[in-house]
Amino acid sequence: MATTGGTDPMTDERPGDAPPERDDAVRAGVSEPPGEAPSAGGFGIVHAGGSPTPDAAGITGRSVRRGDRVFLGLAAGSGALLLVVMAAIAAFLIWQAMPALTAQSPWALLTTQSWNPGATPPVFGIAALLFGTVMSSVIAMVIAVPIAIGVALFISHYAARRAATTLGAVVDLLAAVPSLVFGMWGLYFLIPKTQGFQSWLTDYFSWIPLFNAHPRDAGGNPVLDGATGLPLSLTVQQYGKSLLMAGIVLAIMIIPVVSAVCREVFLQVPAETKDAAWALGSTKWEMIRTAVLPFGRAGMISAAMLGLGRALGETIAVALVLNSGFKINWVINEVGGDTFASIIALKFGEASGSELGIPALITAGLFLFAITLIVNSIARLIIARKKEFTA
Amino acid sequence: MTATLSRRSAPSQLVGARLPKWAPAAAAAVAIAIAIALRFLLSWTGWATTTVTAAVLFLMTLTAWSFSVEGRRRAKDRFASTLIYACFVAAVVPLVLILTYIAIRGFPALSLSFFTHSMNGVGPDDDGGGLYHALIGTLQQVTIAAVIALPIGIFTAIYLVEYGRGTFARAVTFFVDVMTGIPSIVAGLFVFTFLLLGLGMRPFGAAGSIALAILMMPVAVRSSEEMLKLVPRDLREASYALGVPKWRTILKVVLPTALSGLITAALLAVARVAGETAPLILLTGYVSQINMNPFSGQQASLPMMVWDQMGKRTGNSGAIGGPWEARAWGAALTLVLLVLILNVGARLLAYVFRPKAK
Repeated sequence: MATTGGTDPMTDERPGDAPPERDDAVRAGVSEPPGEAPSAGGFGIVHAGGSPTPDAAGITGRSVRRGDRVFLGLAAGSGALLLVVMAAIAAFLIWQAMPALTAQSPWALLTTQSWNPGATPPVFGIAALLFGTVMSSVIAMVIAVPIAIGVALFISHYAARRAATTLGAVVDLLAAVPSLVFGMWGLYFLIPKTQGFQSWLTDYFSWIPLFNAHPRDAGGNPVLDGATGLPLSLTVQQYGKSLLMAGIVLAIMIIPVVSAVCREVFLQVPAETKDAAWALGSTKWEMIRTAVLPFGRAGMISAAMLGLGRALGETIAVALVLNSGFKINWVINEVGGDTFASIIALKFGEASGSELGIPALITAGLFLFAITLIVNSIARLIIARKKEFTA
Repeated sequence: MTATLSRRSAPSQLVGARLPKWAPAAAAAVAIAIAIALRFLLSWTGWATTTVTAAVLFLMTLTAWSFSVEGRRRAKDRFASTLIYACFVAAVVPLVLILTYIAIRGFPALSLSFFTHSMNGVGPDDDGGGLYHALIGTLQQVTIAAVIALPIGIFTAIYLVEYGRGTFARAVTFFVDVMTGIPSIVAGLFVFTFLLLGLGMRPFGAAGSIALAILMMPVAVRSSEEMLKLVPRDLREASYALGVPKWRTILKVVLPTALSGLITAALLAVARVAGETAPLILLTGYVSQINMNPFSGQQASLPMMVWDQMGKRTGNSGAIGGPWEARAWGAALTLVLLVLILNVGARLLAYVFRPKAK
């Protein structure tokens, strides 16, 4: 009863109120005596009237309770629907992937490097897909995260305040450019323009296994020169749709996402912490290193994880800039590579031709769903823990 | 008095030697000159390598110079600042390149007939045709998605802001966040397994809308939640104090106050999914004729038209550089413009109706 508005001078306790009604209201979570609701016209101008309208003919305790019940039901129901959708996604994918999951031994499914669900017996496995997905995302992260943090620092601490707001909005805008467009740009502009760069990587960095590109035979071994016995080298035109390119396109796509989250975190650094660093005579970089970056560490990690989730699940851009090969190839500037998502988009057209075609693709989707779920959950848990810590 | 005088006459002891203001410009000039010299000496092709070399040389020159004059700490500061500026340039350049490139490639295709014709009977190597059928499809599919997702999203946000306490609310918050990260192709696969495999339907436009709605929901929840949180507590409490029940307070006080923010949130959520391609590949199919009914038969959309024109759907495109290419870029440019208009519109709305500081 103490919470029923008695402390508010505007709402006098009137002895005429029927106790049962009041109990109804309290049970329904309403913190006011129901008898004193003003008429509908007064709601918008709550400051104006001063005294509540005693006429409560239309709104009895029962109707208040019903209204609140209905509204709470709608609101909570919407929330529940989201949970149901999440559960349904997992359930339906597992259900429809079953034929493909059980068609081979689990070991074969995990290690096979080919995609031929129409063959008898069906031969397909996720090894190359998992490798391509992880590798392209790792390349994207290595490029995007430092740049995105730099962009976030620039917008939050280097750019003039007015410019920073505009720049922030522009970066957010770029996060909304459809992935199809990134893919088309990668295919028509980036790949032709960077063949020289990819060949340069081989010329100077082939001592790193990742860049040791050669023409390869069907078994994946370098083709040897008949006369000298040395591996042949690729011509510049033979470079192109590689995992490196996919990684770069993904990096460009996730930089706006990652930097937007980092920027928000960097803007929340308490002024006292920064002022303390300034007062000790730090340079700007020392202030950032000692005050901003430690404060933003959890935020940066979760931003990176969100970007990773985006990169892992990106479909169309990757499908356009990769050349399907179903082989695990550690040389990232050689043509080839597949990801879970790209294979679903590219193989869907021909999948219905065989009994296991669609279930096999759904299996790929199931693995992708599981991986992104794990990555995103970790990111959110880090954020949640940080929130508790700062609160 | 003497202290002030001596400080004015002699350089301050509190500030170390600093590089002149023109130092970065000079370092840049030297770096660019060396890079260009290297380009011709080593006969590099293209300008990308030269630019990168110039940037690295600039960084090295300025840091070394600063180190010799200003000392280690200032040199580090200059090094880090230069890198941060470089990061910004490195992020913005590709994005600007993408937008200019698509504008250059797409603009020639745009014409009145491109917007008023479908692709009915137009092969990849034939001239003519347009995106009318695809534009209709995109607008219908995205509208249906919004009609499904926005009410659910806004009601969930209301639940989280106004009612949400305890485990259930925490679970909803957590899964909304996780749902934000669902890849669009997985959402598409889910609707595919549910409607097409489970219920045995044929591909149709609104099936794509359901997948888009799944992608739109978490975005709508997140952003409307932010908007509802901005409504001052005082307004709610004033309403409660007048004895207004909670649901009417939400309906008559909270929602009207947050309305412009909610519209912004809705537009941003719509813009987020309007360009999605992956789920549509699985769900809507593609036809080159106009299909006005999203609930029956395959329906085109802008992303699917690009996908089809590039030969990715059927596996055979036309000759390289043929008319299909211009159409693909034209449709892609239209899609980008649609998304950008939605975005800019949403932000303008938010700006115009922003809460005025008193």
